[in-house]
Amino acid sequence: MAAMDIDRGLHADTRPGTAPAALGQGAGPQVRVLIPSGALGISIDPAALEAGLAMAPDIIAIDGGSTDSGPYYLGTGTCKYARASIKREWAMLMRARARLGVPLLIGTAGTCGVDAMVDWMLEITAEIAAEIAADDPAGVGAALRVATLKSSQSPATLAEKFGHGAISALEGAPDLAAADFAGCSHAVALAGAEQIQAALKTGADIIIAGRATDTAVIAALPLARGCHPGGAWHGAKIGECGALATDNPGPGAILIEFDAAGFTVQPTGAGVQATPHTVSAHMLYENADPFVLHEPGGHLDVTGACYTALDPRRVRVEGSVWVASDAYTVKLEGARQAGFQTVSLVMVRDLHYVAHIEDWVGALEAAFHRREASNIAVDFELDFRLIGQDATLGALETQGLRAGGGSGGIHEVGVMAIITASTQDAARDIARLLNPYLLHFPLTENEPMPTFAFAFSPPEMDRGALYEFQLYHVLRLADPMAAFALETHELGASA
Amino acid sequence: MSAGTGLVREIRSKNAGPFWVTIDVFCRDADAFEVVRMRLETAEVARVLQADPQQLKRFDIADLQVIKFSLPRPHVQGARLDRDMHGASFAVLVREVLEAAGGSG
Repeated sequence: MAAMDIDRGLHADTRPGTAPAALGQGAGPQVRVLIPSGALGISIDPAALEAGLAMAPDIIAIDGGSTDSGPYYLGTGTCKYARASIKREWAMLMRARARLGVPLLIGTAGTCGVDAMVDWMLEITAEIAAEIAADDPAGVGAALRVATLKSSQSPATLAEKFGHGAISALEGAPDLAAADFAGCSHAVALAGAEQIQAALKTGADIIIAGRATDTAVIAALPLARGCHPGGAWHGAKIGECGALATDNPGPGAILIEFDAAGFTVQPTGAGVQATPHTVSAHMLYENADPFVLHEPGGHLDVTGACYTALDPRRVRVEGSVWVASDAYTVKLEGARQAGFQTVSLVMVRDLHYVAHIEDWVGALEAAFHRREASNIAVDFELDFRLIGQDATLGALETQGLRAGGGSGGIHEVGVMAIITASTQDAARDIARLLNPYLLHFPLTENEPMPTFAFAFSPPEMDRGALYEFQLYHVLRLADPMAAFALETHELGASA
Repeated sequence: MSAGTGLVREIRSKNAGPFWVTIDVFCRDADAFEVVRMRLETAEVARVLQADPQQLKRFDIADLQVIKFSLPRPHVQGARLDRDMHGASFAVLVREVLEAAGGSG
């Protein structure tokens, strides 16, 4: 077992001799958080990591996911990234943690942060721990305490809580009934600083958190040690994507030093610079309001924040304000299965058809529904995307079709038909019914039967289940831990 | 992202969670910011995005020389009718509004 100090993660920094020249301002608590990358699985720059470790961080924190890649991952409870890349990068961080003897923390494990992904990360952690122990049985990485923080919510329980008024909709949320909560395949609550702090208090060497806000994993320790609350949340927002708040996100490590008055940002990659502009502009990123960020227990207001360049690489920020809320709420995310899909793609190169592509698809769709209705016993949806015309923007497209050869106009269109039905077999069968229409449907009755280009045989591609995000709500909690489960695990301890 | 050559350095759009999208117009300098903020009429942006003007939030941020728009997504991210998982293509529409208003984008 590594040296255990139960409250180690929450003490003011008393380690001597390892800190570089102070980045922060004035006396009081100082906490250095190293964020080695924007997300585990993307890549970690070894040199930037090494440079960050030389700055003596108090904790290494990294994000493991988000909703940004779409609802599939929460819907299925799976990870976006390859297990091999997760394990490779996590091993780098576990070995780094062992060298420094500081906690290592990941939030939103496995992209979506469901309980199964926490278990998956724990399994990977145990594999790596065994490998580290095999290399150096007496080393500090040979025995570990791991805390897991789970965020999954029972959809049925959420439905009950919604019925009791404990769940409120956020602006822009769909109008839901209790049954819509129950219909989620997976639902999670986003942990805030309080739940992460509870995990830190276990004295764990490694903390694997399920769904959490991107910022909470960075802000938790500075807040626990008494750093400036506005600065802690603001600095966490700036660091959430690694070095994205710099002039070169490539070597993506960043170190943020928090203190009693604010925070200081310093990228660790060679030649990477943080400037007042790159730092302040990051509040805009993926944030609907550039001045306000809602978190469990309150919100951050950066309206009065002041950004100062300390030198060409570092930026000092003060003046951010944390506004505590009366009620403690955590955001919910949920995804439901919304059928199964099969996709067919045909390419149209005939300029006559390209010039009339919307008419052709419209006539094809009408004929298909008219002629095949009696052959289809299930409900289904048939959607088209006209690639080369308006597949990206649909009704928002502003550019009119200009069919023609050379550089003056469009000369081919990809017609992607998407069939959504209640089962994969039904979606595939309907796509097969559609096959001859996509291949041979004539624009008018008075022209020879055309044949268009299928790229594959068969042209139908099963896409699997379709998932849709369902929840945009908050859950009110009397106790912040009430919706979360915290456990500790001893890895590699001698019998 | 839509790279700029004249008044703006970059126009980008991105999801702000699954239900909202946000569009950031980074102007070249303070003078360009003043020009762009006048030329980018909120009503025209709402029209092109087919957004409810009451739900289109606009922030003119002089310190950053940024004009930011946020709005509910026309379709929830990843839903059956959604066409752009990351919401990255809305930026080109705002660029076209600026170009049509005489900005060199």
